[in-house]
Amino acid sequence: MASTTEEFGAAARRGGALLDTLLVIVAILAVWQGLHWLAGDVAIASPRATLERLTELLADPRFWPNVWETLRAFGLALLYALLGGLILGVVLGGHRLSGEVAEPILVALYSIPKITLYPVILLFFGLGMSAKVAFGTIHGIIPVVIFTMNAVRNIAPVYLRTARALRMGPLETGWRVLLPATVPEIVSGFRIGFALTLLGTLIGELFASQRGLGFLIIRSMERHDVPTLLAVALLLFVFATLTSWLLLLLDRRLHRRL
Amino acid sequence: MPVWFIRLLVLLAAFGLLELACRTGSIDRHTMPPPTLMAVYAWQVLASGRVTADILMTLQNVGIAFLLAVSVGFLVGVVLHRLPRLRRAVDPLLASYYAVPVFIFYPLFIVIFGLNNWPLIAIGFLFAVVAMVINTLNGFDRVPRVLFKVARVHRLSRPAEVWLITLPSAAPYLFTGVKLCVAYSFIGVVAGEFILAGAGLGYEIAFAYNNFDNRTMYGLMLFLLVFVTAVNMALHVWERRLHARRSRGS
Repeated sequence: MASTTEEFGAAARRGGALLDTLLVIVAILAVWQGLHWLAGDVAIASPRATLERLTELLADPRFWPNVWETLRAFGLALLYALLGGLILGVVLGGHRLSGEVAEPILVALYSIPKITLYPVILLFFGLGMSAKVAFGTIHGIIPVVIFTMNAVRNIAPVYLRTARALRMGPLETGWRVLLPATVPEIVSGFRIGFALTLLGTLIGELFASQRGLGFLIIRSMERHDVPTLLAVALLLFVFATLTSWLLLLLDRRLHRRL
Repeated sequence: MPVWFIRLLVLLAAFGLLELACRTGSIDRHTMPPPTLMAVYAWQVLASGRVTADILMTLQNVGIAFLLAVSVGFLVGVVLHRLPRLRRAVDPLLASYYAVPVFIFYPLFIVIFGLNNWPLIAIGFLFAVVAMVINTLNGFDRVPRVLFKVARVHRLSRPAEVWLITLPSAAPYLFTGVKLCVAYSFIGVVAGEFILAGAGLGYEIAFAYNNFDNRTMYGLMLFLLVFVTAVNMALHVWERRLHARRSRGS
């Protein structure tokens, strides 16, 4: 009986949360419309005009190659950022001294305006895909390293003692003990890494690119095509928010399990 | 060997390798000059006084964006913490916030604020404010419950409880937020200048890049990176001290 009441309460809470999120979306739309009234068509298209433009774009076959281009660059950058960040994080977290040596350096790297490095990246990687991927990766990798490192560092010592008692090698310890025990924190790091990698990839597409959503953004800025600008931004925002929401659900579930 | 000494050695080794790679020609001179030469360029550009006004403008914009972001972010964090329902609803938005390139709103800001420094400040502010909100929430979440019980036992008034218990206990997280705000306002303002503006440090780097002026570009780049790193390192050391004092006190 008690469990059914609890389930009911949980379901009601879920329904309530959904309603709350809807209300927040309505509030954002209201502010958007208000800004439109305040600043006019020159600066910001109305929500309706933006949605109309977005449906137009989505129906336009010339739009999709841009989406795929960005998705491909973003996917590769994300893969490098997550894998590289994970490996570096486990190594730095597992070895206390290297972690302590590296942490301030990582934080410093995280907080420099990486956009100024863009010319250097371009000179090294050339125009095109690899520069975008590299730019996305350098944006996303550092938060993943920092989160993973801290998670590995704060692992309960008894797990490590068990691993030693079972005579596991460093690789096996990493794979069977460190990774599973740190998954929740790693997912939190992924959430931040995900958003920053997307940002980095888009910035990479702003300059010296002929395709991609970032290119569409900068082109509509130059042509002062405000509805297209906002439509692409809306698409990106919806994509990022949905993914982040899914990761958040995963995050909560994993934290509860522990 | 103390940790900072090893860190210094690692950094020196990294720069040494880079220098070596440039000097031996593994990295082409036109792609990247060796770091020592970059330092010379940086000195020449700074000494010429050509960019002093730009640097001051950038610093001023970053400063204003930072102050606004910290105060507004803190207030929003407090409000969200008091209203858990609202907080749950906006949580996914907070996490995905950084995926949206804020600078696309530059035209909007120009219409709202006019052609002056405020659009750039707004970009720096928008970039930094959410970091402060998230860390304020984090800090208030981590106040140990037992401390509130202590407050009740001592019959503290609500303001006294906030002043004596909540704020000091959340201070390290708030400081993390402040630190991130410094970094993010720099990133936002410089990125805005790089892409859109007609003055400022970011603009000067982009301008030098577009004109194949490698000396100015690398010189300014080195200056900016060293400057930002120095500011962050200072904050990091200060934060360490704050933490050390706390763990001694408890």
